[in-house]
Amino acid sequence: MVKKYSSRIYLAIIFLFLYLPIMVLIVLSFNDSKSRVVWGGFTGKWYVSMLQNETIMESFATTLQITLTASILATVIGTLAAIGIQAMRRKGRAILLGATNIPLLNADIVTGISMMLLFVRFTKLGFSTVLIAHLTFDIPYVILNVLPKLNATSKSAYEAALDLGASPLYAFYKIVWPDIRPGVFSGFLMAVTMSLDDFSITYFTKGAGVNTLSTMLYTELRKGIRPEMYALSTLLFLIALALLFIMNYGSSRKNEINN
Amino acid sequence: MYNFKRQFLSGPYIIWIVGFIVLPILVICYYGITDASGSFTLENIIAISEPIHMKALLLSLKLALVSTLLCLALSYPLAMILNGLHVKHQSFIVFIFVLPMWMNFMLRILAWQLILSNNGILNTVFQALGLPRVSLLNTPAAVVFGMVYDYLPFMILPIYNSMSRIGNDIVDAARDLGCNKFQVFAKIILPLTVSGVLSGIIMVFVPALTSFVISNLLGGGKVLLIGNVIEQEFMQNTNWNMGSGLSIVLMIFVIASMAFMNSHNKEGEGTAVW
Amino acid sequence: MEKELIHLSHISKSYDGSLVLDDLDLKIRENEFMTLLGPSGCGKTTTLRLLGGFETPDAGSVFFDGADITALPPNERKLNTVFQKYALFPHMSIAENIAFGLKISKKSKSYISDKIKYALKLVNLDGFEKRSVDSLSGGQQQRIAIARAIVNEPKVLLLDEPLGALDLKLRQDMQYELIRLKEELGITFVYVTHDQEEALTMSDTIVVMNQGYIQQIGTPEDIYNEPTNAFVADFIGDSNIIDGTMIKDKLVNILGVTIPCVDTGFGQNKPVDVVIRPEDVELSDPPNGFMEGDIVSIIFKGVHYEIEVRANGYDWLVHTTKLFSVGTHVGISVIPFNIQIMNKPESSDEKAVEIDV
Repeated sequence: MVKKYSSRIYLAIIFLFLYLPIMVLIVLSFNDSKSRVVWGGFTGKWYVSMLQNETIMESFATTLQITLTASILATVIGTLAAIGIQAMRRKGRAILLGATNIPLLNADIVTGISMMLLFVRFTKLGFSTVLIAHLTFDIPYVILNVLPKLNATSKSAYEAALDLGASPLYAFYKIVWPDIRPGVFSGFLMAVTMSLDDFSITYFTKGAGVNTLSTMLYTELRKGIRPEMYALSTLLFLIALALLFIMNYGSSRKNEINN
Repeated sequence: MYNFKRQFLSGPYIIWIVGFIVLPILVICYYGITDASGSFTLENIIAISEPIHMKALLLSLKLALVSTLLCLALSYPLAMILNGLHVKHQSFIVFIFVLPMWMNFMLRILAWQLILSNNGILNTVFQALGLPRVSLLNTPAAVVFGMVYDYLPFMILPIYNSMSRIGNDIVDAARDLGCNKFQVFAKIILPLTVSGVLSGIIMVFVPALTSFVISNLLGGGKVLLIGNVIEQEFMQNTNWNMGSGLSIVLMIFVIASMAFMNSHNKEGEGTAVW
Repeated sequence: MEKELIHLSHISKSYDGSLVLDDLDLKIRENEFMTLLGPSGCGKTTTLRLLGGFETPDAGSVFFDGADITALPPNERKLNTVFQKYALFPHMSIAENIAFGLKISKKSKSYISDKIKYALKLVNLDGFEKRSVDSLSGGQQQRIAIARAIVNEPKVLLLDEPLGALDLKLRQDMQYELIRLKEELGITFVYVTHDQEEALTMSDTIVVMNQGYIQQIGTPEDIYNEPTNAFVADFIGDSNIIDGTMIKDKLVNILGVTIPCVDTGFGQNKPVDVVIRPEDVELSDPPNGFMEGDIVSIIFKGVHYEIEVRANGYDWLVHTTKLFSVGTHVGISVIPFNIQIMNKPESSDEKAVEIDV
């Protein structure tokens, strides 16, 4: 019994450690006082001024553009790549998977700097260089989500479809696609989350003038905290929560079908 | 059409790998071993031995090590408790403990700024309790706090995953063959979670070692890590050759720590987080 | 008769409010091969886990060699278990797996290495010491799991559907191996299975269980030839189970026909279940037999034909080696000795009849 209670207490402590800071942000976003420790009554004014703040809104728009473009392109390139990789011989597959792991394992700061060094040789830093950089770290997540699904797909079912007169494209659409769709979907969502969250790589490849939420926040936080950021935090937390629920709902539906 | 080579579908990605993964690394290596005029030199790499660089590197290693150990110490018991929960929504509870991982990184740091600052929440609470004020912000301790907070889920998840893969019947078998509860832990649970622990260590140690944001925001420019030195070489001093040289050193440390972990992973299977 | 080794005394156990075992009482003798047989959810695995110490009963006690071991943890019991999915330790070699229990009990190095050799020889896997667990086939892993258990010289070996994951041929081979092992080791086996053929082949004693109750305990011959109720009859082999009325001693009415039998003591005009094994039904030309019917289907089964005969509204299952053709009008007869009469359960509770040993 003692053991049971002490483990519950431990869970509670870690839970508080993880969530207290987030709760603080959410509470402060509704605080009428500018102070961090005095409750000045409930207000929604920080949300209004957040929406009116051009810096925040502009970087929000940029973030969405980059995230969506990069995630969609990464999903297409990554899914095709996964199909190709699966058809490869052992050696080619090992080389490509090794290369796929580099952006995941390498330090973000090194990835960002090395891309910046390459980009400035050929072009000016800006929106498109950030997009390329995001694609580079998004594609591996798509591949790593799709490949296991592909490996689990029965090769004989695909061949049986060909045998029955289906074209490879039709056989793919009817046989392979339904199996890998959940992987493609979760790969896409993973790419979205990674793009939304990235700071370091964006920071080095963005140049002047372009800002995502992360880089904007970095600049602003070094100047000081403004209450609009609490509102922004609350909003972003809710977005992250929503994305995760979509992801989980997707996978639990998939499980039901499998069962 | 039957002989259509599916391998070709990887084409765009292979071009991508060459252009944006391999090439940038070659470029940074090129910068690292040349000087401003483009002639070969090892000075940028040897520059790590300069006192200010060496101090930053050692501090980075120290803080990364402390953060990793703290994460491990917090996560292992947590994973055990989570794995032992006999509740319907176990996966949901696990999900709650890794959820903060998905919140914007910058905002998580903002939250700690709020809590740790001199007239922040922690000190207000301390004051109310009659305790002395502490000035944690802008100290290495604040940086460690931030790192542990940021990277904790990366440690929890692989350990929990490796633990939940151990079947009940394996534990039953060990009990059946004479193990008491402690022996079950020492001979079964611990060895079978080594791979999870090792990938957790990698997932925490590498970003902690190479971070420059946490130290900038929670260290207030007073805690200089190797990541900060590199960032400054690029963004302020614009000595790209020096920055690249130091990056190469950093990369070597990253590769070395991964190689070290892999050599200790007898299972030969990394526990992927995703 | 060997002496009694284990006594499960008035055991009850429930999970989440549903009763899995209800006042179960079972005695196991020394050197016995006892099989717990029943459909999934009948409580057989729970019974085994109670013996192994992985579960504690809500009520009742477990006695081993006269001592109460109800509260004893598994590591302090002189029993070892072979698990359904082998449960080999994946991070250890085969030798380390087998040595596991011996190392825990601090046996000497030379003793351990001798034991490993002996055990591997016993399960026909000499030379497998250095192999890794995942390089072994399912059948080999199962042998190692058995070796790992028996090196500890348990007085009782508990086997939880050990052959369930193997294919048919391998399963049959392993059945003979297990019988041989039991002979060589001279210890008690408690074996859990849902496969009646496995139970009939290997056991000295079969315990048929359903819904937490023991339905019948007996030798394989007893269980097959003299099932005590319709559940046992239905579960063991194929049967014709027909509603009937006991007119008086040695006379029963089924499907509108009164025929002689050998059973007595059921009272007069009592509803009963009548069980007739398909191989005991004899087919002949119409004037013969107590009932006439038409052959509906014939399936060749290798050793015999499986024939379905529709007579008086009942589809009789018949096994015969004689050749008939579909549509033939036949007479049905059964000699009185082969007609089993059983009490009808009066309520659903009594469907699960308890029997004391």
